[in-house]
Amino acid sequence: MSNSVIEVPPKGGFSFDLCKRNEMLAKKGVNPPSFRKTGTTIVGLVFQDGVILGADTRATEGPIVCDKNCEKIHYMAPNIYCCGAGTAADTEAVTDMVSSQLQLHRYHTGRESRVVTALTLLKRHLFNYQGHVSAALVLGGVDVTGPHLHTIYPHGSTDTLPFATMGSGSLAAMAVFESKYKEGLTRNEGIELVTEAICSGIFNDLGSGSNVDVCVITKGGKEYLRNHLQPNPRTYTNSKGYSFPKKTEVLLTKIIPLKEKVEIIEGGDAMEE
Amino acid sequence: MAKQQANWSPYDNNGGSCVAIAGADYCVIAADTRMSTGYNILTREYSKICKLADKCVMASSGFQADVKALQKQLAARHLIYQHQHNKQMSCPAMAQLLSNTLYYKRFFPYYSFNVLGGLDNEGKGCVFTYDAVGSYEKVGYSSQGSGSTLITPFLDNQLKSPSPLLLPVQDAVTPLVEAEAIDLVKTVFASASERDIYTGDKIEIVVVNATGIRREYMELRKD
Repeated sequence: MSNSVIEVPPKGGFSFDLCKRNEMLAKKGVNPPSFRKTGTTIVGLVFQDGVILGADTRATEGPIVCDKNCEKIHYMAPNIYCCGAGTAADTEAVTDMVSSQLQLHRYHTGRESRVVTALTLLKRHLFNYQGHVSAALVLGGVDVTGPHLHTIYPHGSTDTLPFATMGSGSLAAMAVFESKYKEGLTRNEGIELVTEAICSGIFNDLGSGSNVDVCVITKGGKEYLRNHLQPNPRTYTNSKGYSFPKKTEVLLTKIIPLKEKVEIIEGGDAMEE
Repeated sequence: MAKQQANWSPYDNNGGSCVAIAGADYCVIAADTRMSTGYNILTREYSKICKLADKCVMASSGFQADVKALQKQLAARHLIYQHQHNKQMSCPAMAQLLSNTLYYKRFFPYYSFNVLGGLDNEGKGCVFTYDAVGSYEKVGYSSQGSGSTLITPFLDNQLKSPSPLLLPVQDAVTPLVEAEAIDLVKTVFASASERDIYTGDKIEIVVVNATGIRREYMELRKD
């Protein structure tokens, strides 16, 4: 280690210099700020003609719901979609980034994107950040080699599966899949099963809720069914409504006109380009 | 070896919210019926409301095991009172008893956030609100539990009580009629269950008035 005081900024990725300091602060009781997680249920399954992805629509900040109808099924390519659980900013950023990379790759190769390409790009990025990018993804799509479904964990490991669930509601959803999944499901059976699994997460997991989003991807194209099911309408609205009286009293009204600072001259010279 | 911290806590939070509103001749006490732990639901049909005396009802959220123990204590003490004085405890008397019971365990508290509601000796509605160690105050309305941060600002807006420090002493009870107060409670819980994950399933609404104690239920979001 040289004794020079010159600090060269790192070339890229995280600098882990402050980790020791953070540990010390945590011991003293100073915790880092919490971030918005999606506390989610996301699922995917492979059916006869392709893959079906499903997700709930609740985003939470601790015990409070901050978004009752957010979108967790992200676009990657015309034939590939990705559901994201974990920190909302991380899932958005990582899927947007890989989606752009895939687009550039499509221009470069002149071919339709493959699911394994998206998979490799995502897992390389996540492994690079050693799990600090908290994104747990269910990636699904149909390409020339057939239908594919993968799960990607925040540390960068992946699995290739016929049916998968992620997020805080994953156990509730997996219980449904393990009971009712079979190979060669038809489109309607697949959508029904995905909806049932997401509903199981919505009603039994407190981190998931609101509506069900479904995305069906086949060789022919994709069908994004936003809010396919809305099983949680508001239970009570007062017919008369409520009035909100202005509580701040006006004690004094004083208007001071400011002097005009700008003189307007009619018919001056036009501005030069 | 550095000093070891306990990695076991005697407490748990079962979530839920409670509300109480005092009127001129009635008192409305309501709580949701969901009991949860962490991200899981233990049951959708748990009553957080307990009748302590003829005109006195308590709703508690927090750690339900402690709540159950507290209710047992109060019931036992009430029975002794009835034997000694040959009458039921009044709501203000029960309020003081609850405060003393909570403070008795000042150094290993009941993890219980209570609202006490009922009719006082003159038949007027009264609501008492507590913290976990027994500090209490007579108020016109109150909310406790996980949804209280969402509920209290709305109740403040609609029912704002005058400060108890003002002179001459002004009435804390709301001028609303019983049906309007129940309406308000339903709206407030419907809104809280939209944004608080621990509030939902059903509301249990208990109304105490001159004719007695009445109970009704309303469905809430189950997600």
